[in-house]
Amino acid sequence: MRSITIRECLNEAISQEMQKDDTVVLMGCDVAVRGNPFGVTRGLLQKFGAKRIMDTPISEAGFTGMGIGAAAMGLRPIVEILYSDWITLAMDQIVNMAAKMRYMFGGNIELPMVIRAPFGAGGGCAAQHSQSFEAWFNHIPGLKVVCPISPHDVKGMLITAIRDNNPVIFFEHKRAYQMKGEVPEEPYTVPIGEAVVRRPGKDVTIVAYSLMAIRAMEVAEELAQEEIDCEVIDLRSVLPLDYQTVMNSVAKTNRVVVVQEANLRGGLASDIVAEIIDRGFDLLDSPPVRVGGLNVPMPYNVGLENKVIPNKDTIKEAVFKTLQG
Amino acid sequence: MNAKTERNVPKQFTCYTPLKAPKSLDKAQQLDMYYRMRLIREFDTKVKDLWMENEIYGLAHSYVGAEAIAVGACAALEEGDAITSTHRGHGHVIAKGADIRKMMAELFGKAEGYNHGKGGSMHIADVKHGILGATGIVGSGMPIAVGSALAADRLGKEWVTLCFHGDGGTNQGVWHESVNLAAAWSLPVVFIVENNYMAIGTELVNVTKEVNLYKRAVGYGIPGVQVDGFNVLVVYAEVKKAVERARKGEGPSVIEAKFMRLLGHFVADDQWYRDLEALKPYWNLDPIVRMKEYLVEEQIATLKEIDEIDARVVEEINEAIRYARDECTEPSVGVLYENLYADGEIIK
Repeated sequence: MRSITIRECLNEAISQEMQKDDTVVLMGCDVAVRGNPFGVTRGLLQKFGAKRIMDTPISEAGFTGMGIGAAAMGLRPIVEILYSDWITLAMDQIVNMAAKMRYMFGGNIELPMVIRAPFGAGGGCAAQHSQSFEAWFNHIPGLKVVCPISPHDVKGMLITAIRDNNPVIFFEHKRAYQMKGEVPEEPYTVPIGEAVVRRPGKDVTIVAYSLMAIRAMEVAEELAQEEIDCEVIDLRSVLPLDYQTVMNSVAKTNRVVVVQEANLRGGLASDIVAEIIDRGFDLLDSPPVRVGGLNVPMPYNVGLENKVIPNKDTIKEAVFKTLQG
Repeated sequence: MNAKTERNVPKQFTCYTPLKAPKSLDKAQQLDMYYRMRLIREFDTKVKDLWMENEIYGLAHSYVGAEAIAVGACAALEEGDAITSTHRGHGHVIAKGADIRKMMAELFGKAEGYNHGKGGSMHIADVKHGILGATGIVGSGMPIAVGSALAADRLGKEWVTLCFHGDGGTNQGVWHESVNLAAAWSLPVVFIVENNYMAIGTELVNVTKEVNLYKRAVGYGIPGVQVDGFNVLVVYAEVKKAVERARKGEGPSVIEAKFMRLLGHFVADDQWYRDLEALKPYWNLDPIVRMKEYLVEEQIATLKEIDEIDARVVEEINEAIRYARDECTEPSVGVLYENLYADGEIIK
């Protein structure tokens, strides 16, 4: 099978869905002529024209809300937030409109839309171009939140998200666009809400998502040399979150580490650990351990940045800690 | 012209215009406008009573005094056109043809209401009939209206979207973003600024230098007009022009319907913070009284016909209340997770 980058996966998924369904449109800052700053949407303007691939003004609230209104009235918009940090500008529209309209209108509306947002840190982009806000959206009933990381999942899950009749926040890791993997050429779907066991193991479960799932895999391979057998779960989707897979694994290993890239306080890892305790405290042989970024804005200096983001060492330490219990 | 009645117009109200129906409006249409304004008045008058008697609860904002705007504007629409509304939205949805029984049931929180008891006064929606929903956050419906217009344009459909909002909404950033987007792409939407001069207790002049809000349209390269918001016929005429323009693909307009909030911000607000004496002359401009006088003086309708409409309206609202109170049912707890996600999916 051919191997393509995540950038190409995203482009292909959008392109194939637009080919298949005339109501799919793409809007956002610089998505058309320039093909987005990461090159994800390059070439789509030429294929589908300016009526469907729309360069918007720098008005996140305005064009996100426009996407919501368009979804309500028959389009299937993909709204791109250029860096997910700026999704704050569209928060009212996402939280109070997209997530609420169906429920507060008693179900008499559907909002099939995807909000794509490049997130994550690395490379010295500093405090306003590095953040991971998935926990905020996880807190909001009415949304779905996904962050697939394998090229195969990225393509399949974007197609699923576009076909979904709910607003889906689709986080793409900025540092992963160049990652390659084997991906079928034809359109296919990967379900939202199903985690995947990336590596079976019997000693410790590591739950992670997005780039941290890759780090967790690297850690697991290295620890295997030390005869520590980690099971790695890539959540892929954080809302809904597949607790069945998580608990099945915890039942087997009885030890769990949950890793997120976002700063730790108030993050998803805390919520996941709490849920594991609620569902299966007695399964645990040692206290669950959370790994996350430091609670500071992302510093520019790359040396400092590397201290803030979780890395293989911090994940390993967490694994050792669970084994001591 | 209804110049026959001497009217004491407050001198600050510079956009006062005597009523005069365009030739295209026949008697039945004018009587229908009167009927709908009366229906809104009666609905919101009774809603206040019901709220004060603890029969309904939450927040309800009265459209009393603004009836000419929603009714004039919606009369200019065709079947299939859409509107977005505001927290003060009863008038918009009644003017667009909503079923007052389902509205009242919603205000009572009943399962038979438009939103099955999950929305209440501020969120009444009937998307199939072009009512894209009321919203409780000032300005938040603006881009939704632009999105509806985008969908019409991209799907090659004819519908026009009216975006109702207040003077308060025009100071939200999203107002500017939305008007700019719609203007840039010539989308079929009409922005109707209901300038009632008050944002809860804040007077427009204290937070806005240029209080003639239609002038902002110039900055976006689109037409802007100001009309007497107590005059249903002039609202109709101006909105009709803007809707026709939008339908032809010539883009959006801003229509500022200037009036004055006559009652409190919400139904139980007694307005202790306002000079109620200064407000009194504005009651002389009551859009329903003016329309009634006009219809009679111009011999378009007899007093008897008007009285019949008034009686019918009272009966319909009483019936809606009876239906909501006595016939409708409380939603079951089992529906709590329903309709959060589409296609029957339950995510807890």
